[in-house]
Amino acid sequence: MLCHICGKRQATVHLTEIVNDQMTELHLCEQCAKEKGIAGLGASFGLQDLLAGLVDFASPIQGSKKKIGACANCKMTYADFRKIGRLGCSECYSAFEESLEPLLKKIHGAVRHIGKAPLHSGGQFKLKNELQALQLKLQKVVQAEAFEEAAKIRDKIKALEKKK
Amino acid sequence: MELNDLIKQPSGWLKQVGPNSEIVFSSRVRLARNLENVVFPDWADKKQMECALAMLKASVTQLNAIKNGGLFLDIQKMTNMDKQLLVERHLVSKEHIAQADNRAVAVSSDETLSIMLNEEDHLRIQMIEPGFDLDACWEKISRIDSEMEKKLSFAFSPKWGYLTACPTNTGTGMRASVMLHLPALVMTKQINKVIQAIIKLGLTVRGLFGEGTEAAGNFFQVSNQVSLGRSEEEIIDNIKRIIRQILDYEQNARKVLISQNRISLENQVWRAYGILKNARIISSSETIELLSNVCLGIEVGIIKGLTREIINELFILTQPAHLQKIEGKSLSARQRDIKRAQLIRSKIKK
Repeated sequence: MLCHICGKRQATVHLTEIVNDQMTELHLCEQCAKEKGIAGLGASFGLQDLLAGLVDFASPIQGSKKKIGACANCKMTYADFRKIGRLGCSECYSAFEESLEPLLKKIHGAVRHIGKAPLHSGGQFKLKNELQALQLKLQKVVQAEAFEEAAKIRDKIKALEKKK
Repeated sequence: MELNDLIKQPSGWLKQVGPNSEIVFSSRVRLARNLENVVFPDWADKKQMECALAMLKASVTQLNAIKNGGLFLDIQKMTNMDKQLLVERHLVSKEHIAQADNRAVAVSSDETLSIMLNEEDHLRIQMIEPGFDLDACWEKISRIDSEMEKKLSFAFSPKWGYLTACPTNTGTGMRASVMLHLPALVMTKQINKVIQAIIKLGLTVRGLFGEGTEAAGNFFQVSNQVSLGRSEEEIIDNIKRIIRQILDYEQNARKVLISQNRISLENQVWRAYGILKNARIISSSETIELLSNVCLGIEVGIIKGLTREIINELFILTQPAHLQKIEGKSLSARQRDIKRAQLIRSKIKK
């Protein structure tokens, strides 16, 4: 088996990482393993370093053969990203969107942010998030047959929807 | 405050005793934030790094917690010993001090807040609290984040949340973790089962200094793996629920040790105490193992009259850079081992 990083030398170091219950195997040659700091005691090698390996597994949406261009802002190419496992700037997320989506799904099991948003990103996002959270809560209280609570939440949702 | 003042005070998050501190030493939340359209540190050239640092510094030094008695340190201008001191106090990552160019760190006077500038992300904000209190960490760090966001434009997408250099942090950009001391689960050989269960539930287990470090002294750091698709509160709730269970397991294991094998436990605890009190030469790894045993001894009531504060302080002060800072010069490994034994004896007098 050839090394997953250089693809040239024989892989002699074998690693298994479990992310979100999914097992990923990484096979490296000694030289690449050393560069990643795997060889030797006290080496630090974490999930993030395995990412370069993971990127290859989460291949872009099947059937799409479109070549991904470099990021216009920082000039990083997708090949660069695959090599170092880190993106170059915030614009890379748009440039590599198609390939990043399956990767994010693989890492997090989700592709939609829920949670805090900066105020300057506009109230719309916050509003949408709040609505989503309330709707989830509504489902839960209805299931628990807490109808008084459900009515309150429904009123809140109505009020928020008017703001939209 | 000056850098040299740090060793005169115990870290704020170890000074007081927080909720469940018999098992949970500290809780920590960190946020990764980046400037919009500015090249991330690992991909930036010198000029871009310089530029980003200037922008970040202007905003970080305006924070009340930093302005009022805090520290702002240029990594490049620090000695290796001082850099190591920051790592030992859990204020910076090892990676941050490895490449010194255009990197900096800001620390609040009580050391509960630290902000790394130009680490893997432009900002790595960290809040540590004593004991089991992730809610307090989140509440405080979110306030700092909101304050900074008024002056800086953070990279954010409505779809994917906060955009980070590594896709493993995308979304909330949050890593919440707790430092657990689990000697009884280790002694009763249940720890591997517990760790496997934690991993299965989507959390990560690491050693004392985070990624890639060993679990010395029965310390385990548990943190979330996923940062996208769940809100900060959900992530924290999930960790809290799992940690509460681990606390129960550890408490039970401590009870079992006491009720079924008290004499062995006492033997182990008092031997550890005896060595710490009398040794003339002691390594840091032996120290941490023995302190762990003494800590357990205090918590289950075998050792009385010795406070947890002293033990907590010793965990920090007996590390290599701390010993050398106290001594005011660099020491060989053997000199350190002698100095370490001296320091421990002076703190555990009775």
